[in-house]
Amino acid sequence: MAQTDDILGRGNRDGAALFQQWFAELNQTAETGGQAAYVFVMGSMAELLRVFDLPIVMPEINSLQTAVRRLAHEYLNQAEDYGYSPDICGYVKADVAVQLRQGEHPMGRIPPPSLAVLTNACNTYIKWAEIWERMYRIPIFTLDVPGTRAAGTQTWPGNSDFENDCRYVLAQVKELITLCEGVTGKKFDIDRLRENLRYANVMSRGWRRVLQLNQSTPSVFNALTDGTIYLGVSNGFRGTLVGAEYFNDLVDEMEFKAARGIGTMTDEKYRLVFVGVPCYPIFRRFNELFSEWGGTFVNSTYLWFAAGGVGHGYEYDLRRPLESFAEGLLIYVRNAMDSMFYQDQALDQMIDLFKVDGVVYHPIKSCRTVSTGLADSRRALMASRDMASLFIESDMMDRRVVSEAQLKNRADAFFEGLASRRLAAAR
Amino acid sequence: MTETVFPEWHNRSLDDALYECRELFEDTNFPTMKRWREQGGKVLGHFQVAFPEEIADAAGLLPFKVRGAPIEAVQADSRFGSYLCSIIKTSLELALSENVPLDMFVTHPICDAARNLAAVWGRNVSYPCQILYLPQNPNSPHSVNYLRGEYDRLKRSIEEIAGHTIADEALRKSIATFNESRTLIQELYEIKRDTPWLVTADEAYVLVALAGLIPRAEHNQLLRTLLPQIRVREKREQDKVRVVFEGGFCEQPPLDMIRGIARSCYVVDDDLLIGLRWLLADVPLDGDPLLNLARAYIENSSYSPVQHDLRKPKEEMLLSRVRGARAEAAIVTAAKMCEPGLEEQVTYTRALDEAGIPYFICEFEEGMTSFDTMEIQLETFVENILFS
Repeated sequence: MAQTDDILGRGNRDGAALFQQWFAELNQTAETGGQAAYVFVMGSMAELLRVFDLPIVMPEINSLQTAVRRLAHEYLNQAEDYGYSPDICGYVKADVAVQLRQGEHPMGRIPPPSLAVLTNACNTYIKWAEIWERMYRIPIFTLDVPGTRAAGTQTWPGNSDFENDCRYVLAQVKELITLCEGVTGKKFDIDRLRENLRYANVMSRGWRRVLQLNQSTPSVFNALTDGTIYLGVSNGFRGTLVGAEYFNDLVDEMEFKAARGIGTMTDEKYRLVFVGVPCYPIFRRFNELFSEWGGTFVNSTYLWFAAGGVGHGYEYDLRRPLESFAEGLLIYVRNAMDSMFYQDQALDQMIDLFKVDGVVYHPIKSCRTVSTGLADSRRALMASRDMASLFIESDMMDRRVVSEAQLKNRADAFFEGLASRRLAAAR
Repeated sequence: MTETVFPEWHNRSLDDALYECRELFEDTNFPTMKRWREQGGKVLGHFQVAFPEEIADAAGLLPFKVRGAPIEAVQADSRFGSYLCSIIKTSLELALSENVPLDMFVTHPICDAARNLAAVWGRNVSYPCQILYLPQNPNSPHSVNYLRGEYDRLKRSIEEIAGHTIADEALRKSIATFNESRTLIQELYEIKRDTPWLVTADEAYVLVALAGLIPRAEHNQLLRTLLPQIRVREKREQDKVRVVFEGGFCEQPPLDMIRGIARSCYVVDDDLLIGLRWLLADVPLDGDPLLNLARAYIENSSYSPVQHDLRKPKEEMLLSRVRGARAEAAIVTAAKMCEPGLEEQVTYTRALDEAGIPYFICEFEEGMTSFDTMEIQLETFVENILFS
C-alpha cells in the first residue's frame, strides 16, 4: 500500500516540484544578472545549449502560465497598448508584456535573453525573436529545419534529399556552436554534448513509452491535464539527468498503473483524442467539460508537437554526437511539424491503437500553425471513417474569445451523440 | 505554346491597352489560363511570395501566381477555421471551383497559415501539392547550397508533371526571359518614382500583376510596348503627396483601394506583389543555373515581413525604401489576420516615428468593397502634410 501511495501521482507531484525549481533558478539568474538562452518547445536544442551552461527560458511556457493563472488578460492588454494587434499570437503578446515589465512574471522574474535560438517549426517564432532582437540587440539564431514537403513523402538517411536537408541542419548547428562560444566565452565540449544526448535519449524513450502506455484500458493518464505536466518536464529539463530520472520514474508509474488496471478516472466512459492547443484561460473547466461526462483524453497532437516531436523514437547515436544531433533535430522537428500539417493519417491509426470514441478538434485564434488546417483535417477524417468528432474554437490565451457556455453546449451535444452511437451499436 | 494568350491589347492605344489589362486582371475566370490550357499547356500554381518561376517556365509550364481573388469562399470556407486571412480561403476556392485548374501547386513556409496549404490542397485536389522550403536562415553560409539542392528537388517534381527533363540550356533561356522581365518591371518602378503622374498606382499595379498570370515572354512584350508610350504620355504633375505603400507582400489590397489611394497620393514605391520583383538584379547565365538562382535568392533579393535576414532589418529597409523613393510619407497596411504583417506594423511605425516620417496606418481585406472612410481619413492625412 505504501508503494502504491508513493508511486501513484508521482509524475504530477514531481513534475510540479521541478517546475517550481526551474522558475526559481530563472528567478535567481534574473536577480544575479546571469546569461539565459530563449528557446522554443519545437526544436529547443537544449541538449546543445546546456553544454554552455545557459539557463533555458521557454517563453511559450511563461506565457501559458499567465493564462493558467488567469492573469493573461493583463499582459495581453499591455502589449496591445504598446501597439500589437488583438489578432496576433497571444503567447507573443504576453511575452512582450513580460519584457516590458523587466521580466515580472507570476512565477518569478524571467531573465532577459543573452541570445535567442529558434527553429522555423512555427513562423511566429521568427517574428517573436525579432522583437527581442530589437529590444535587447541580442543575437538571434534561426536554425532552419526543412519539413515534409507533401503528405507521406518523408525522406530518410541515405536519400539524397534527406542528406541535402541534413547537411544544411548540421552546418547551422556548427554555426550555432560558434555563436554560443562567442556569447558565453566557453569552449564547446563534445563530451558534455554526448552526455546531454544520452539523457535526452532516455527522456525520448520514456516519453514514447508513456504515450504508448495510454493505450491501456482504462487510460493511465489524461493527455490534456497530466500530459501537460509531463510535457513541461520534457521541455524544461531536456538533456539533463533530472529529466532522465523523472521519465524513468514516470514510465514506472504508468507501467504500474497499466499492470493493475488503475485508470486516471474512476469511471472512464469515453476515450478521446485532442487535436489542437488547450484552452488555458479556463484550463481546469475546459477539461471538466469532458470529464464530467466520463470522457478522458488518451492522446493528443499537442503532446506530439509541443514535445518537439521527440515521441518519434529517434535516438541519438552517441558515437557521432554532432552529426546525430543534427539528424535527430531534423527528424524531431519535422515530426512535430507533421503533427500540425499532416496529422489526419496518423489520427486514423491512433483511433484504432487507443480505442478512441471521439476526436475533439480545438483550433485557436492565436495559433495559425496548428489551427489553419484543422477543419479540413476533420473533414478528411470523417470522410475516411465513421468517427464522432467535435470542432470547437477558442484561444489558448485570450479569454475574450473563450465562451464557456458555448463550449459547454457543444461538448454536451457531442457526448449525447456519443451516447446515442453507443446505444445504436449495442442494438 | 505558339499563340499568345492575351492578344486584346495588341494594336490599341495606350489607354485602351491599359483598360484591357485591367479587364484581364479583374476577371476571376482567368481567361488567359484557360487559353493556355486549350493549347495543351500545363500550369504550376505557386502561392505568394517568391518562387523560382524560371524552373517552371523552362519545363514549358505556365507559372501562375496564386494570390487569392476578391471572390466568396463558398466551398473553401468550410475547410478553414475562423481566424484566418482571406487569401488562404479564396486561393483554395479558386482551385475547388475549378476556375484555376492546375497541374501542380506549390506553397512556401512564409507564414503559419501558408505552410498548411500543401496539406489542405493535397486533401482536396488530385494533382501534386507540396511545400518549397525556401531557407529561413539566409545568413547561414550553407543556405545557398541547400537551396540549390531544394531547387533541384523541385525541378525533378516539375519534370514529372512536364513529362520530360529540363535541360540547363532551357533553364538559361528562361532565366534570360525573367532577367528581361525584372529589368522592365524595374523600369516601370523608375517611372513611378521619377514621374509618378505618368502612371497611376493602380495602372502600374495591374501591369505588374499580369506577370503572374500570363507567360513571361508575352508579358515582356506587353511592357516593351507600353513603357515607351507611358514615358511620353501627356499628363501633368498634380499636388499629391509622395508615399510608399507597405503591406502588400502577400494578400493583395483591392484594386479600388489602390485607386482610392492614388486619388490623393503618388505611390512612388511599394511592396505590392514583391515576389515578382524579389530578385534585384540579373541572374547570371553562365555556370550552374540552379546555383545561380539560389545565390540570387539569398544574396541579391528584396525584403518582406516573411523573411528574416540579419542583413536586412525590415524597418531599416522600409526607411531606405522611403528615402530612395523620395517619399514624404508611408502608408503602412496589413491584411486582416495576417500575423507577420500585423507584427511588422509595430516595428515599422516605431521606426517611422523615430525618423520623423509621417505614416497612415490601416488594415485591408481583398474582398473589401467600400473605401469611403479610408479615403476621407487619407485625405485628411494628406492635407496635414501638404499644409503643414
